[in-house]
Amino acid sequence: MLRFALRRILQIIPTVIVVALLIFVIFSVVPGSFAASLFSDGRTNADPQLVARLTAELGLDKPLHERFFTYLWDLVRFDLGTSFRTRLPVIQMINERMWASLELAAAAMVFAIVIGVPLGFMAALRPGSILDTVTMIGAVSGLSLPQFWLGLLMMMLFALHLNWLPSFGYGGGSFRNLILPAMALGVTPLALLARTTRAGVLDVMNSDFIRTAHAKGMSESAVVRRHVARNALVLIVTTVGLQFGSLIGQAVVIEKLFAWPGIGSLLVDSVAIRDIPVVQGTILVIVLWFLVINTLVDLLYAAIDPRIKQD
Amino acid sequence: MTVPLLEVKDLHVGLPIGGGQTYPILKGVSFQIMPGEAFGLVGESGSGKSVTSLAAMGLLKKPLRTTAGQILFHGRDLLKLSRREMRKLRGDRIAMIFQEPMTALNPLATVGRQIAEMFYLHQGKSWAEGEKLAVEALANVRVPNPDRRAKNYPHQMSGGLRQRVMIAMALACDPDLLIADEPTTALDVTVQAEVLRLIKELCTERGTAVLFISHDLGVIASTCQRVGVMYSGVLVEENWTEALFTDPRHEYTRGLLGALPRLGSRSTQGRHRLVDIDSIIPDRSILTQTRFISPRGEGASA
Amino acid sequence: MRLGFNLVFGGFLTVVVILAGILAPWLAPFDPVMDANLMNAELPPDGEFWFGTDSQGRDVYSRILYGAQISLTVGIVSQVINSLIGVTLGMTAGYWGGWWDDLVNGMTNVMLAIPSLIFALAVMAVLGPGLVSLLIALGLTNWSWTCRIARSSTLSLKSQGYVLAAQSLGYSDLRIMFTQILPNMMGPILVMATLGMGSAVLSEAALSFLGLGIQPPFPSWGSMLTDAREMIQLAPWVAIFPGLAIFLSVLGFNLLGDGLRDSLDPHMRTRKA
Repeated sequence: MLRFALRRILQIIPTVIVVALLIFVIFSVVPGSFAASLFSDGRTNADPQLVARLTAELGLDKPLHERFFTYLWDLVRFDLGTSFRTRLPVIQMINERMWASLELAAAAMVFAIVIGVPLGFMAALRPGSILDTVTMIGAVSGLSLPQFWLGLLMMMLFALHLNWLPSFGYGGGSFRNLILPAMALGVTPLALLARTTRAGVLDVMNSDFIRTAHAKGMSESAVVRRHVARNALVLIVTTVGLQFGSLIGQAVVIEKLFAWPGIGSLLVDSVAIRDIPVVQGTILVIVLWFLVINTLVDLLYAAIDPRIKQD
Repeated sequence: MTVPLLEVKDLHVGLPIGGGQTYPILKGVSFQIMPGEAFGLVGESGSGKSVTSLAAMGLLKKPLRTTAGQILFHGRDLLKLSRREMRKLRGDRIAMIFQEPMTALNPLATVGRQIAEMFYLHQGKSWAEGEKLAVEALANVRVPNPDRRAKNYPHQMSGGLRQRVMIAMALACDPDLLIADEPTTALDVTVQAEVLRLIKELCTERGTAVLFISHDLGVIASTCQRVGVMYSGVLVEENWTEALFTDPRHEYTRGLLGALPRLGSRSTQGRHRLVDIDSIIPDRSILTQTRFISPRGEGASA
Repeated sequence: MRLGFNLVFGGFLTVVVILAGILAPWLAPFDPVMDANLMNAELPPDGEFWFGTDSQGRDVYSRILYGAQISLTVGIVSQVINSLIGVTLGMTAGYWGGWWDDLVNGMTNVMLAIPSLIFALAVMAVLGPGLVSLLIALGLTNWSWTCRIARSSTLSLKSQGYVLAAQSLGYSDLRIMFTQILPNMMGPILVMATLGMGSAVLSEAALSFLGLGIQPPFPSWGSMLTDAREMIQLAPWVAIFPGLAIFLSVLGFNLLGDGLRDSLDPHMRTRKA
């Protein structure tokens, strides 16, 4: 198990390097220079002298490969560069906002798991029942909902009309501020979890070893508890891991909608003003997160399923 | 005259096809098994032999249901038992081993634990005691290194070993009747013989009656005292094994026997063709449409 | 092919969206961009403005009809690009194996490591906002699952009798791939593309909502919602109708995809029965 864990953790490193290269390349093929676009307001051209000075200062006049190695070397030392706009170290800007994002993502996922998994489970135990039908219709609708629109509607209803909850902002970390964005963000993973849990449980229930369990003289509830649950968990865990990717992506939109001070809104704002070092750094940190979470999920997966560690 | 251990009386099983109608799967099957006796049910896939055994276990899958008849076990009608009473019998007094040793065991639990579950369920043992007894049970089915093997997961075992685990599990509580549904079909030929011998020996030792289900007459001939031949939901013939082989009464049985390649038959009778029995298979299109019977499928025939 | 509820209802919604997009110039009572009139700003739905008007006094109903054109274009074009990339890479990787397979696998893993909306955002940051950028961004960032499916189908199809027969007849690799393998994996690829259209429409809406996709005044459902945020209390219809349009069209694609999968995969169907 330890060796498996170590190997999975080490596998992150090459992926991160390739992603870093990819991001670097994408932002190097941009037409025109950053420095110029940074100062142009769309109508007048920027002062050429100012542009030249900034270009030299940011090292943008050096050849591409040299810039990439400097960039990589800086990465190794956890230096993500300096923001064009604020002149602050990017790592510091990210660090200030990362925890709010993690909080939101975790809350959304917990919401999705706590509701989606039991719902899918109950639906699978009574296929064709009203609960099952409603759950499945709800799930496909949830998967089709634009989360930010749902957020907007919830904001309208719960914050503005009913005045139960604050409509936006971090509120100094208050739980009440977390509820609406977390629910809006959690809807898609909730729908998907309900669906995969149902499919997974149905699949397990039809398998031969469940028939064996019944033949042993076990009660239905014991069969579900002891044999179905754990086998279905394998699929659920995988889904949770995969969902984190799109959750983090969607979080960007939800953060922007609810003015949540996370790295998602930092990313959007930086894209809008073309603050490239911040964009690069934020994306890299998001990818790193996603990889770490997926590795954790893989380890959890291996802990549940003895067949994984073999190969 | 001893009382039969299991007595199936005029058993009907049907598949509801809507409009209050049912499509008959079993059309009045009757047979008896004496204590300690090995009885074989033979027939092609879809003939109803597996359905018969699942009905006896009370494990018929949802749309299928018994429409008439009795299944007497120790004189009690199993069809009239409550679910709780049936659960108590199942695994404890009537145990079953299945065809697919690859998938019939839970992939996420050690085999020791899965055997221990039997002691936990039926003998009120703790899990720890159960796991100790499981090692003994594995030793009884002649698994080498039973203490080490008990800690294995199913995927770490060969098909033959897994089937031994299934046998250990089924015999754990010393049942009166063991139902073996095609227990060797999925195994290699060499392993088949070993597993068959093991079942036969263990059951003779303990006086366990066996209901042996197979499409393979050879398997039945080597293990059972009496045989019933099933065909399209009907028990067409029943006789002592030897008598059935020497003097088949029913046309279908003769067909089955004719389809059996016999070693050495050429030297005594000259070359002869294997008879195939396609010509007498009736139209089962209604059944295939409902998808409950696919060739060696899951659904009803499993 | 059996017609299930998913297929029928999903197909119906999809057809409605397609018709709305095509017939927008005839169905829309107003011009989506030019007919701005501040005198009519923020009017609630009535007989003249069925879905009300926005902050510029434009007819929300007309804008939604024209918005269907953008959503459909983005959905279809981006999925065509995704499928072409995914199928080409996946099929050749599965068929040829070796270093090419390793390389494609590596690329797929990297793509899967970047949340696709984030990737699209990065591409938009470089290319700048606009329809073409959107098509490129969404077309380049979502091919990894298609690639995986194409690769695994190719691997299993490769050992089929008819492929081996074609090989022994001396057909070229490309000919085998296009005549023997590709037609046999169209089903799952089509399902992926249909479901992908739904997520492309959602991504477009999200990017436009953030102001990084289609720019105002052009009527994208996503960018219509950007304004709505400021005025949900005064003019909720500006928020409700464009969102409903996104929801129903994505629901249509998703149901259609599910329905296609069910009818193409008999195994799934028996399990449901």
